Amino acid sequence: MKDNPILECVNLTKDYGAMTALDNVNLKIGRGKIVGILGPNGSGKSTLIKLANGLLKPTDGQILIDGQEPGIRSKEIVSYLPDKEYFGRWMKVRDVINLFTEFYSNFDRAKALRMCETLRISEDMPVKSMSKGTLEKLQLVLVMSRNAELYLLDEPIAGVDPAARDFILSTIINNYNEEGTIIISTHLISDIERILDEVVFIKDGRVVRHSTVDQIREQEGKSIDELFRTEFRMTAPGEEEARYDW
Amino acid sequence: MPWNLDDSRPIWPQIKEKLMKDIVSGVYRPGESFPTVRDLAERACVNRNTMQRALSELESDGLVITNRTAGRTVTNDEELLMTTRKNLARAGVARILKEMEELGFSADELIELIISEKGDDSNEG
Repeated sequence: MKDNPILECVNLTKDYGAMTALDNVNLKIGRGKIVGILGPNGSGKSTLIKLANGLLKPTDGQILIDGQEPGIRSKEIVSYLPDKEYFGRWMKVRDVINLFTEFYSNFDRAKALRMCETLRISEDMPVKSMSKGTLEKLQLVLVMSRNAELYLLDEPIAGVDPAARDFILSTIINNYNEEGTIIISTHLISDIERILDEVVFIKDGRVVRHSTVDQIREQEGKSIDELFRTEFRMTAPGEEEARYDW
Repeated sequence: MPWNLDDSRPIWPQIKEKLMKDIVSGVYRPGESFPTVRDLAERACVNRNTMQRALSELESDGLVITNRTAGRTVTNDEELLMTTRKNLARAGVARILKEMEELGFSADELIELIISEKGDDSNEG
């Protein structure tokens, strides 16, 4: 296993006009890990993922994938699951699989077909007829069928039912190569924390915590989900008095 | 089915305890082969590094043995299995004692309770 970080941020800043989405972020993510990027909506999670994927350019500072700025080489080793669907509505499963085969040299077609079969997704199925849950599963199958060094999953379990979620989680656990790292951005923490090695908390564009899950549980005596709720608690006006601590 | 885990404690010790219980209670028999990390991680629905850590601990305790060729097996050491079983039982008793203390019962009262409860169960007389 290589020992340089697969992802590194050095004083990374991203502005959208007057709004700062990421503010001087310094972060190193090692290999062979599953890492959760956790933060409320609008905290900068997606921006970080998009920067890592080369879809956005930093305003200041650097983001490095395997020591290099995102570019042609990083596209080879990064497998990205966007938070939106991106298939043409006219496509059938077969077309999507062909597209991936053509596009990515490290795409394991046989593996993708096998996983589709377990899911009972047939090659003739048109993408537009799929439920949201099935579509999410298909996208994940494709992304995880690439033999990549870094998997970037942006909100992989948002809005799917519990059965689909269990499938997605076990797919994540079972289908990455051992030296690969998976970065999952989500605000649905309780569902996902037991599969994570490390968590990164992002708040208002800053990294406020980066630690292993077991360290947090040991030090704080609570789950990541509970800690998250405490650290990111927002109080509605006038609510202060009414709340009570157990 | 994901294993039941306590949210407030690190995950690997809980996995280790669960596997210890399974070993001493014969779910995995002495000398027989032990499932792979990958397999167990999937069953527990935890990540492989976590499972690996739990297994490493079981190995250093001697409960699970890694053979270069044959993978992992459960120990044949009956004495070690018996000690482990007793230790788990002690920990369980300590937990109950503490809980009952919180409810205001002394150890003697607890013993009485246990005896009468046991009597009810077996429907004596």
